[in-house]
Amino acid sequence: MNIMIVGCGKVGQTLAEQLNDEGNNITVVDTDPELVSDLAARLDIMGYVGNGATHTVQQEAGIHKTDLLIAVTGSDELNLLCCLIAKKAGNCQTIARVKNPAYSSETAYLKDELGLAMVINPEHAAAAEIARVLRFPSAIKIDTFAHGRVELFKYRIPEGSILSGMAVKDVVAKLSCDVLVCTVERGDESYIANGNFVFAEKDTISVIASPKNALEFFKAMGYKNRAVRDVMVIGGGETAQYLCSILHRSGVSIKIIEKDQRVCSELCVRFPEVSIIHGDAADQSLLLEEGIRTASAFVALTGLDEENIFLSLFAKSAGHAKVVTKINRIAFDDVIKHLDLDSTIYPKNITADLILRYVRAMKNSEGSSMETLYSVIHGQVEAAEYTVGEGSPVTEIPLMKLKKKPDILIAAIIREGKVLIPRGGDMILAGDRVVVVTRAKAIDDIADILL
Amino acid sequence: MNYKMIRNILGWLLLFEAGFMLIPLLTGICYGEAEIRYFAVTIFLCASIGLLFVWNKPQNPTLYAREGFVIVSLSWIVLSLFGAVPFFISGCIPNYVDAVFETVSGFTTTGASILTAVEPLPKCMLMWRSFTHWVGGMGVLVFIMAFVPLSGGQNMHIMKAESPGPSVSKLVPRVRTTALILYSIYLGLTLIQFILLLCGGLNAFEALCTAFGTAGTGGFGVLNDSMASYSPYVQWVVTVFMLLFSVNFSCYYLFLLGRIKEAFNAELRRFIVIVGAVILVITLNVRGLFDTLGEALRHVAFTVASLISTTGFATENFDAWPELSRTLLVLIMFIGACAGSTGGGLKVSRLMILFRGAFNEIGNLIHPRRVKRITIDGHPVEPEVVRATNVYMMWYVLLFTVSVILISFDDHDLVTNFTAVTATINNIGPGLNLVGPTGNFAFFSIPSKLVLIFDMLAGRLELFPMLVLFAPQTWKR
Repeated sequence: MNIMIVGCGKVGQTLAEQLNDEGNNITVVDTDPELVSDLAARLDIMGYVGNGATHTVQQEAGIHKTDLLIAVTGSDELNLLCCLIAKKAGNCQTIARVKNPAYSSETAYLKDELGLAMVINPEHAAAAEIARVLRFPSAIKIDTFAHGRVELFKYRIPEGSILSGMAVKDVVAKLSCDVLVCTVERGDESYIANGNFVFAEKDTISVIASPKNALEFFKAMGYKNRAVRDVMVIGGGETAQYLCSILHRSGVSIKIIEKDQRVCSELCVRFPEVSIIHGDAADQSLLLEEGIRTASAFVALTGLDEENIFLSLFAKSAGHAKVVTKINRIAFDDVIKHLDLDSTIYPKNITADLILRYVRAMKNSEGSSMETLYSVIHGQVEAAEYTVGEGSPVTEIPLMKLKKKPDILIAAIIREGKVLIPRGGDMILAGDRVVVVTRAKAIDDIADILL
Repeated sequence: MNYKMIRNILGWLLLFEAGFMLIPLLTGICYGEAEIRYFAVTIFLCASIGLLFVWNKPQNPTLYAREGFVIVSLSWIVLSLFGAVPFFISGCIPNYVDAVFETVSGFTTTGASILTAVEPLPKCMLMWRSFTHWVGGMGVLVFIMAFVPLSGGQNMHIMKAESPGPSVSKLVPRVRTTALILYSIYLGLTLIQFILLLCGGLNAFEALCTAFGTAGTGGFGVLNDSMASYSPYVQWVVTVFMLLFSVNFSCYYLFLLGRIKEAFNAELRRFIVIVGAVILVITLNVRGLFDTLGEALRHVAFTVASLISTTGFATENFDAWPELSRTLLVLIMFIGACAGSTGGGLKVSRLMILFRGAFNEIGNLIHPRRVKRITIDGHPVEPEVVRATNVYMMWYVLLFTVSVILISFDDHDLVTNFTAVTATINNIGPGLNLVGPTGNFAFFSIPSKLVLIFDMLAGRLELFPMLVLFAPQTWKR
């Protein structure tokens, strides 16, 4: 598929990388020649320097042959204009990034009236993910499938856990809950779990289950899994604002620490029930004074990744809070993984996942369609949900007899609203929703899992 | 330095070279020649070493700029060393350095020969000589990239290092698709020329060898007198195609897409003006030497096309023309073809950047605070490109000077030495005096031949890959 990406910022680069990996033809457009030439030298893509919202530049960059235009520059207005012009000039689908809360409340209207295929808001998506993690603090990441009927959560095995030394096949019997372990990360290695795999301390595992069984699992692990009641948020930017409006609905008490006096006064008008503290979070005594030792959750959302990481490490050492760290720019995933952080949120990856799902769905016009897509281990393992169409080659064959590609796990089947954690004898029927965990790239259709 | 990946790519290269040698092998079989056994041996040699090299796939396929340069220069050296083997073991060229010279001259599309007579050579050897032009014209690694998925996105470094011109642009987002499109255009044009030559009464062997020689802008012929004994029709066909192959191939792509206005870009327009003007002046200058104006025009057009496209075919001994014509001919040898073509030389677009930069600097002396950027086709040229072009020119002059000095130890006259280096560094073939269209390079000593081999490779690969290969920093950790 021919995809044009306007804007080579963090999100644009991540998208270009992942979409290029999946075999699409990418053209990137940006006004900064250095960004464009760097990216074009690093990836096998075409770069074009110019203002992507102008008709001339779009023409020269080949809009008439483009199937999808993704506008992810820093400016909402530019992105929308880009999509409008592309819509008129070529015959392509358009996706715009819109982050200003003033516009994002009108997303549906924008989509309909401007003919956009999708409006993405990385800040809002990040806030939603943070809210999910806060509802389930024992997990470090939670993704949901089939409108919340299935959850895929990541969990780091602490020292002295009953899990360490246990084999994957014994989990169901010993913990007496119906869950399926999908992946294990140990150090820099990651595995799709098979039955004989034995857990060790500090492994990060991802587990799929229905919400009820997930709760059972954590109970068996010895957690009183209560949703977070009070949150300390550092930084009052857009993500924090979205987080406030999401958490407010579920009655969580929120405290925001923000440096900028002007932002503080705006915030307290918009969110009268949130307590706004004006001050620099890098001041240790301020954090202690505001109760970092007793807070049940700590979310670092400043614009500086380094500051977020340091504040989170301090929060970990000072108290027992569930710590969430937003990381925007820093690319040292391996180093960050080894730091003792709970949950890290990468808005650019969340955005890329959302768009990737749309692209995959665009590619397979027939058969079964992809409903959701998450990356479980970034760049290595992903989990996707498909609706299985009539007559798909995977149906009515017991799973153990299905000739699958290696490193593919059928993690859950949702049939008539009921969740089934599949075992070898089960089979997929037409109309099922199926969650597949895979190391393979670019599985657009459920039939692609077959050899 | 990722040695494993370099080894892997060299392995693929040898496998492809084994594949290329099937063409002379088939030719030999058609003509029932005994020399095909030398090709069979070389194919076996290349294929076995190649298989050994590609057997273990490296885990880390990452290539950086320096690996890109090293791979390109090493590939061309290895390609030539193995390509020379059939000439050597068959005894057609008894000295190995001579055989390498001939092969490098083939792959770099120079067409400079150390053979005094080519007609006695077996047909399979002649076919291999001409086919090296075709392979070398568009670039071997580009060819490999079109078929083997070498590595993720890193192969842009290789394409950049192998493609001629001050800056490389892709036609479509993927290097692989770009390479395929370029090779399709190349193959298409070669086929058309082949058919037109067949219509002109050439036999299939002659037509194919001539088409290969023209397409790569190489210049190896299969007759001792190059193109002189062919009919005027054949000479005109070759003239036209030499010019066609010295046009940037992306122009053809734009042409096929119907973007004709964009296809006639500033570089192409300049090229047409230069060719036209030089043909006009030289025709007027040499008119007296020929019976009719038409004949003069035919020979001049052929010679100018042959030298500016850096092919090096000849219909006439232009060494015997008046001084003005000889001077102009040497000058157009330096100008060369358009960027992104199969031709050599400095390239028209590079000269445009150099000239505009030079005039800009004069303007800056008069108005010190003036801000002006060089533009081509309305697009600003990045300062890095301008800088790289200036540096290129500097190295070009340096390498040229050093080469002339080094081969002067052989004690031949200045015009011979000067034009021998001109003809090799610009990948043309014939020069003037002793290396003129009727002469050859056989009389040079072995060290001089090695210098000229280096010049040919450096000229084809646009200097930098060869310079990087011999730069000490490259090999430091």
